[in-house]
Amino acid sequence: ISSTQMMYSSNRDYGTQLQGHNVLPDGIDRTSDSFIRNSKEMESVISQLHSRINQVTQGGGAAAIKRHKSRNKLLPRERIDRLLDSSSSFLELSQLAGHELYEECLPSGGIITGIGPIHGKLCMFIANDATVKGGTYYPITVKKHLRAQEIAAKCRLPCIYLVDSGGAFLPKQADVFPDKDNFGRVFYNQALMSSEGIPQIALVLGSCTAGGAYIPAMADESVMVKGNGTIFLAGPPLVKAATGEEVSSEDLGGADVHCKVSGVSDYLAQDELHALCIGRNIVKNLHMAGNEGVNSNLQGMISDYKEPLYDVKELQSIAPTDLKQSFDIRSLIARIVDGSEFDEFKQLYGTTLVTGFGRILGQPVGIIGNNGVLFCESALKGAHFIELCSQRNIPLVFLQNITGFMVGSKSEANGIAKAGAKMVMAVSCAKVPKITIVVGGSFGAGNYAMCGRAYSPDFMFFWPNARIGVMGGAQAAGVMSEIEKSKKKKEGIQWSKEDEEKSKAKFVEAYDKESSAYYSTARLWDDGVIDPADTRKILGLCISASNNRTPEPTTFGVFRM
Amino acid sequence: SNNEKSNQSNRKIDKLLIANRGEIACRIMRTAKRLGIQTVAVYSDADRHSLHVKSADEAVRIGPPPARSSYLNSSSIIEAAVRTGAQAIHPGYGFLSENADFAQLCENEGFTFVGPPASAIREMGDKSASKRIMGAAGVPLVPGYHGHEQDIDVMKSEADKIGYPVLIKPTHGGGGKGMRIVESPKEFVDAFLGAQREAAASFGVNTILLEKYITRPRHIEVQVFGDKQGNVVYLYERDCSVQRRHQKIIEEAPAPDIMSDFRSRLGQAAVSAAKAVGYHNAGTVEFIVDTLSGEFYFMEMNTRLQVEHPVTEMIVGQDLVEWQIRVANGESLPLGQAQIPISGHAFEARIYAENVARGFLPATGVLQYFSPVPVSETVRVETGVEEGDTVSMHYDPMIAKLVVWGENRAAALVKLKDSLSKFQVAGLPTNIEFLYKLANHKAFENAESAYDSAKHSAALVAACICEKEHTLLKKSPPGGLSVWYTHPPFRPNHQATRTIELDWENEYHDNNNNSQNLTLSITYLPNGNYLIKTGENGLPEVEVTVTHLGEHDFRVEADGLSKNVNLASYFKDESEHIHIWHGLEHHQFKQKVGIDLLDNLESHQHRNGNHDSGSHPPGTVAAPMAGLVVKVLVKNGMKVEEGQPMLVMEAMKMEHVLKAPTSGLVSGLQVTPGQQVSDNTVLFNVKAV
Repeated sequence: ISSTQMMYSSNRDYGTQLQGHNVLPDGIDRTSDSFIRNSKEMESVISQLHSRINQVTQGGGAAAIKRHKSRNKLLPRERIDRLLDSSSSFLELSQLAGHELYEECLPSGGIITGIGPIHGKLCMFIANDATVKGGTYYPITVKKHLRAQEIAAKCRLPCIYLVDSGGAFLPKQADVFPDKDNFGRVFYNQALMSSEGIPQIALVLGSCTAGGAYIPAMADESVMVKGNGTIFLAGPPLVKAATGEEVSSEDLGGADVHCKVSGVSDYLAQDELHALCIGRNIVKNLHMAGNEGVNSNLQGMISDYKEPLYDVKELQSIAPTDLKQSFDIRSLIARIVDGSEFDEFKQLYGTTLVTGFGRILGQPVGIIGNNGVLFCESALKGAHFIELCSQRNIPLVFLQNITGFMVGSKSEANGIAKAGAKMVMAVSCAKVPKITIVVGGSFGAGNYAMCGRAYSPDFMFFWPNARIGVMGGAQAAGVMSEIEKSKKKKEGIQWSKEDEEKSKAKFVEAYDKESSAYYSTARLWDDGVIDPADTRKILGLCISASNNRTPEPTTFGVFRM
Repeated sequence: SNNEKSNQSNRKIDKLLIANRGEIACRIMRTAKRLGIQTVAVYSDADRHSLHVKSADEAVRIGPPPARSSYLNSSSIIEAAVRTGAQAIHPGYGFLSENADFAQLCENEGFTFVGPPASAIREMGDKSASKRIMGAAGVPLVPGYHGHEQDIDVMKSEADKIGYPVLIKPTHGGGGKGMRIVESPKEFVDAFLGAQREAAASFGVNTILLEKYITRPRHIEVQVFGDKQGNVVYLYERDCSVQRRHQKIIEEAPAPDIMSDFRSRLGQAAVSAAKAVGYHNAGTVEFIVDTLSGEFYFMEMNTRLQVEHPVTEMIVGQDLVEWQIRVANGESLPLGQAQIPISGHAFEARIYAENVARGFLPATGVLQYFSPVPVSETVRVETGVEEGDTVSMHYDPMIAKLVVWGENRAAALVKLKDSLSKFQVAGLPTNIEFLYKLANHKAFENAESAYDSAKHSAALVAACICEKEHTLLKKSPPGGLSVWYTHPPFRPNHQATRTIELDWENEYHDNNNNSQNLTLSITYLPNGNYLIKTGENGLPEVEVTVTHLGEHDFRVEADGLSKNVNLASYFKDESEHIHIWHGLEHHQFKQKVGIDLLDNLESHQHRNGNHDSGSHPPGTVAAPMAGLVVKVLVKNGMKVEEGQPMLVMEAMKMEHVLKAPTSGLVSGLQVTPGQQVSDNTVLFNVKAV
């Protein structure tokens, strides 16, 4: 054989070897009972999710929408769609905020937030939904607004406020107004972001009363719609009560007044579409910083990435409805990384934690996933891997399915608390983008080590089957009944087996309710509940958004050795 | 000396100047090139970059855009011929082609005029004189008045004698310019004065003749050809019955339903007519056939190569321009009467830039997209324009001639319909749809079904827009953010939707309200297809699969039907105009400009300003096309009756009378005679009192 043929064949062998060695296997036994049962149960879990989303996307209901549209106004999601580059994606956050939180329905917490591009620049959108309680701010509305600002500040995303709100919801003023993370923080954030060069843009598409008036007033640039947009500290009824002056809302704080006389607003829009057009132009004209982050991180990007080898839809069947069921996290990773290619780090050590490198939509990531309870070794491996990624500025993805750290005397003696603390230290200090997806359980200190909400991941999402709590309902009930039993024993009271079971069941019920993904997302303990099949796409978008900032060097605290 | 000049004119032509523009100039040059003859184009400033200029070996500027100062300017043209050393001048059709003085001037200056002798032009050009000559030669004539007496009262009594309806025609010129049909005696005076004025403006002579108007006529014309040796043959007839505003739009050869003995009688009459004036070169003798009586009458002789000559070429398999050049060179006719073949059937459709809905008013604008049907042995496209060219108000708005041939009339008609459906023009209104429907020989689709098919087309347009956008975004994602521009666009837990609003431009609904708004809601399905809903009372939702094949080409599958779709779009008046062709359908839509193009407040206000003038308050009359105000008949503050003529405009050498929309007082009249106005300029307002 000729030398070229030899070269060719040896090249090919080399290539095959390179391509093949890091491809994850499918990892699913489709014939197993648990797979079949789980698939079926997850089907109803997912359809429940979709029906809840379907409900909130209707906003305040048909009558309110009709009234809203009759004023020549678009719905908040329509407004965002028209601001976005056409055919671009939009990462909406916390769609189910406020779900079953108050007596009354508050779809999406009365405010729509999310990230998407305008003229190729990623922006944070914060849009009041005036069809929901007139767009007024409930406590959860404030929380969602602040969370969006927090993400914007961290990722250096220009903020586009689509203002159409009656201000604070007065009956709940005590939970809306006075505290640190209450309404006032909105304007504080605007001021600080503006000072950091993160553009603040307000489009006044409806009323903008009292405290709300400061949103456009604090903005770098603001636009008002003639006829619909009003800005005033006090509306006509309050003015009349306070000073006796009788004035129409248009004369008091309409677009003409503020664009021509007061200077509170900068651009006068003839109608809503015109306002949105001006909004897009403002973004077009931002020759802002912030994009340098994207550019520097684009070096590692691959534009013609491969899709996973296995069907992402099967993630639904992997997601366990019964958290006692275990599954190999690699079968999940195989469905979210490009080409199902995953270079595992320390595969043979601390095997209950899976760590390794891959790419998601062409973007390099380090993935940390649970494959069981955390032992000392797993925690040390995790801390090591986080250090690696921080040094190399590789975003981290945490796939949480964790019941906690190993308990018991052996574990304690091994210094599990020390090992756990190392991982918690690493997670806390790592300055790289961190994204957490809770795919199963999120319990105890496992939640901490795996970058739970308290560790400020850039983004955090729940699968609908996932659960969160200090411990499982059954365990907690067990602990509580042991304590109760010994207390009763001291008091000399005999606790019947029946009463004990009743008390336990009540406990489990409460825990079950409070640990559900919906309970979590309603309170904004996360950024949303997602369909498992969308995990890869959402991670891709989150990484891209997180990379919008300039990388920062990480300094760790004192590791207890 | 004279001797030198006559020697020159006997020399074989090796360089030909074409004293014309547009498709005919291009067509003549093609034959000249084939014969090895150098070509010289002449052009006005408006045509500096025209196709006929690019197609010629040399080109000479002859003056400013108005035809009077350029293409009708004999001395400039002669000067161009002198400068370039051309021996011969081909006048094409229109302009100076039937100007005897020009033909004479050419010969005097030693150039061969590729056309008939000046004497024949002169005799046939004077309609009254020609009728006398024809009458003497025994060619049958229509009852009428062809006298020199032009006094209005005499003319009126002659008209009364002939009986109404009476046709008023300028004695000079042709092409229907200045012609008027008078239905009753009381309309006579206005029509007569208008015809005189138009004749004067177009031909410089304002004499008029009268003729009986034949209610159910059939126009048949015979192509004749003579050589300088005195031989004359006929190359069969053409039927030009499909006309609008007295101008031909669909022509065919041979005339259908004609017995061969009638054909030879017509042909012989035509030959007699030509011989009577000592004719040589190409000419056409027009007859009018009274379909009720079966009689035929001599109408006139056109002493030029006609616009529709290609249909004759197609059935006889000859190049008439080549014949013209050979005859001009002094050669005998290539074929004798018995040798002239006749084979198959040919149609010609004239494609005009014009507004069918507004009564076929000429239109101007830019050919934003021009994709004529591919040519073949049996399909010819004669055109003088290219994509990006402007159809200006200075000249005839014809864009192209489509000529097709088939073994018989039915086969040719199939070919015509197919070719029309594939003839794609966007940027200005054309009569293509009208021609197509005409060719289809069926009543226009009723409004309802047209609306339904427009809605379906709109759904396809929406899907193609989305798909095209996807292709572009994939190629170059804004900001390099490819992750954010994947297809379909991502939304957590729901599907991305968008709304596209299209105004359907219904060509057959007029009254300033010829567009209907369609709101399309598009859902991006996970499989990459589009689910499209049209409005509230729209068609059932349809799922569309689109493959983007090329810039304008798409393959679309909807409702289990897969087909090719062509899309062309361009921006004009702050709107995107979108044309779609699929199957035999063509629809056009307008989309409000994307918000990106509205850069600032000023432009928005500007847009609003324009918009206001687009939907005028009641009583306002705006210019229906760009043109020249030739006469203002009323004054501000005057009281007028509904339908009263207010103002006369001229565009494309045609006069248009603008009438009072209602009875009332005139206000806002600012234009004066001689003023050029653009399309949609407000001319005056009539307020009801």
